[in-house]
Amino acid sequence: MRPIATLALLALTLARPAAAEDAVTTFRLENGLDVVVIEDHRAPVVVQQIWYRAGSADEPAGKSGIAHFLEHLMFKGTDRIPPNQFSAMVEAQGGDDNAFTSWDYTAYYQRISADRLEMVMEMEADRMRNLRMTEDDVTTERQVILEERNQRTDTDPGALLGEQMRAALYLNHRYGIPVIGWRHEMEGLTHDDALAWYRQYYAPNNATLVIAGDVDPARVQELADKHYGPIEPSEGIVPRIRPQEPPQLAGRRLVLADERVSNPYFFRIYMAPERDPGNQKDAAALLILAELLGGSGQTSVLSRALQFESQIAVYSSAFYDGTRIDDGSLSVYVVPAPGVSLADAEEATDAVLADFLETGPDLAAFERIKTQLRAAEIYARDDVQGLANMYGEELTVGLTVADIQGFADVLAAVTPEEVTDVARRVLRPETSVTGWLTLPEEATP
Amino acid sequence: MILRRTRAFVAAFALLATPALADVAIQDVTSPGGLKAWLVEDHGIPFTALEIRFVGGTSLDAPGKRGATYLMAGLIEEGAADMDSRAFAEARDALAASFRFDAGADTFSVSAKFLTENRDQAVALLAQALTEPRFDQDAVDRVREQVLTGLRSDEKDPGTLASRAFDALAFGDHPYATPGEGSIASVTALTRDDILAAWRGALARDRVVIGATGDITAAELAGLLDTLLGGLPATGTPLPPPAPWNLTPGVTVIDFPSPQSVIYFGHQGIRRDDPDFFAAFLLNEVMGGGRFSARLMREVREKRGLTYGIGTWLIPMDLAELYLGQFSASNDKTAEAIDVVRAEWARIARDGITEQELAETKTYMTGSYPLRFSGNGPIADILVGMQMDNLPIDYVATRNARVEAVTMEDVKRVAARLYRAEDLRFVVVGRPEGLAATP
Repeated sequence: MRPIATLALLALTLARPAAAEDAVTTFRLENGLDVVVIEDHRAPVVVQQIWYRAGSADEPAGKSGIAHFLEHLMFKGTDRIPPNQFSAMVEAQGGDDNAFTSWDYTAYYQRISADRLEMVMEMEADRMRNLRMTEDDVTTERQVILEERNQRTDTDPGALLGEQMRAALYLNHRYGIPVIGWRHEMEGLTHDDALAWYRQYYAPNNATLVIAGDVDPARVQELADKHYGPIEPSEGIVPRIRPQEPPQLAGRRLVLADERVSNPYFFRIYMAPERDPGNQKDAAALLILAELLGGSGQTSVLSRALQFESQIAVYSSAFYDGTRIDDGSLSVYVVPAPGVSLADAEEATDAVLADFLETGPDLAAFERIKTQLRAAEIYARDDVQGLANMYGEELTVGLTVADIQGFADVLAAVTPEEVTDVARRVLRPETSVTGWLTLPEEATP
Repeated sequence: MILRRTRAFVAAFALLATPALADVAIQDVTSPGGLKAWLVEDHGIPFTALEIRFVGGTSLDAPGKRGATYLMAGLIEEGAADMDSRAFAEARDALAASFRFDAGADTFSVSAKFLTENRDQAVALLAQALTEPRFDQDAVDRVREQVLTGLRSDEKDPGTLASRAFDALAFGDHPYATPGEGSIASVTALTRDDILAAWRGALARDRVVIGATGDITAAELAGLLDTLLGGLPATGTPLPPPAPWNLTPGVTVIDFPSPQSVIYFGHQGIRRDDPDFFAAFLLNEVMGGGRFSARLMREVREKRGLTYGIGTWLIPMDLAELYLGQFSASNDKTAEAIDVVRAEWARIARDGITEQELAETKTYMTGSYPLRFSGNGPIADILVGMQMDNLPIDYVATRNARVEAVTMEDVKRVAARLYRAEDLRFVVVGRPEGLAATP
């Protein structure tokens, strides 16, 4: 995203599942552009999002950060949009706009009064093909992304540890390379790199358009035909087949010591299956597993054991990231109480996890999470932009509308035994990375 | 060529009138017990969003008890009536209700969402948290440790260091001068009795403001209010007096090991009820509102690449008015970025803004207003905000006209009054190069 916010962090949360009754219409233009319309007529507002099937995991070796860099440059202008006026034109009509990049996608959006939809569709369609950027634009904007890296990563030891851990988790996949890029490669990104990336991936047959809000699907189809329809599809858009992980045979451990650390913590990431088209069962069980282990500060397995029954930790959580094309992950995070060493915190956490693998979920807790998941469908309908994000992201990683709308049922069908089973398959030391964030004097385990 | 095509491009949209606002029908609801609330009914989704504010917040902390209200907010959900922390959380989760409690400088806030199917049970549970909290000693100790963890983290967070230094320079011995979370020393010393006193002082019926939106009727809401809040005391701790304003111009540098500096800057702002507030708000949109086309984003980011983002905010608090800006820049670019900010401050005070900026900013402000009403939660939030600001119940319908009424003359006059480059104080946390601190 451009000013503040995301290189999207993709943890699945309880707010995710889509209700089957979402008012969703889909169609595909002749040039291959997929269109999703989500109706919500409560307010005269519309969101347009375009999701390109091009993320940092698709970058060529040595060019890390180019997907995100191009995202920034997409605001520079076209033949019809003067330099740096894209956002100003949207804002002058009362709208907001921004963009974000992740491993599997780059997305752009505008929120605007519903009667201005055609304007933003025309502008977004225009910059799919007609981007103009000068050498000066590239030089200045490269400074901006380097400042962004400074602000998000290099000034934050926790972010640096996370980056190092992902690099260690993935032995072969580009999910191990940061979305923002490694600094030394970012410094070398050129105008030609950006243009090559743009020409390769920005095409109607490599994108999903989501229009959500106070709109009529027939009218959206008309406008999409008019503005996106004339854009020729690109040849050479190929399925995204990335280098896959070999068997992981040895767990990895990292210690990052930094004088800026205030509260040392212990972080573990396990490789975990992602959501796959037609097969979301493991992912659903993993989502519930993460919720059971670390979803609630009062009732989760980790908080009960480490914060209530003992005073090992001041904070604990667990989360699952499974909305991916390739392998996802399950993470556990524990901040030890003052006076408790990271080694003791890790040992206690491992004992809790081992016990969970033995005994499985508490049935009452399991039922409460199921209840919350059902309610999350209702609450999620209050946020049409959230729904648009969900459809856009999940379609872009290869899921279908049926997968998205069926996920609630898959979640509802998960049994406690399936949670135990997936936990036993995923919580294995050899497919994990363990990270410690410490002050310099505490660095030696 | 480019210009002509551009004009053609926008022409079709330039003539559109201000977009229609959502039909936001606000009802004024009074409970049998005399509690007042504003309500927007929307029966499209079977849940209700409820926003409750108690005026006062962490500024009510007693002398020497800094952090008591904040810690109390963290403890409200840690057990009530005959339920300990776990039993309360289980009861809440079994209803799939969501309760959030927070303490800011001016308000203690409660944000609740609950399903229509079990509304009465959820409200009864929330009422127990608000009126019969337990504050068990083990919960006090556990949550206190979490607050202390946050405070230790703040000590090494450059953004927090900068904002705290700014407040300390500005507000003398007023509660605003120190963080509402308290200090490590003050929080460590808090007792259960301090928490009880903070609760009794902060949650009272004489200072409550309520907004509700969603699947609930006025009659249902009226009944619910007494269940929820009828058990609270009629009066609470008196509010503190207005804060002094001690900020002097200059540059403060706080050493921090980082490749990048975090910079907070500002001077005194303007009251929310000042007749010039709309003009000031519009000017701030031009200068540093959250938009890419704002002057500072253009000058500091787009033209010079000195930062990833820069913004400015008018912050009218209950007891003081701030005008604050914030950005980060590499240590070797911080001094240049500060020079640009000073120059822009002086330029707008001297020259005001252009006719085009005035027109575009009005279109932005009026056009973006409906975007705020994007769901039950946000609307409930707007309803409490309007009441906190003493705005009339028909404000939503008249607000855009107030924006349109701002004239170029207003803007010029207010720019000269609001922007005082010579008063700016910059607080820089990092290792800026070639930047001298002033006393």
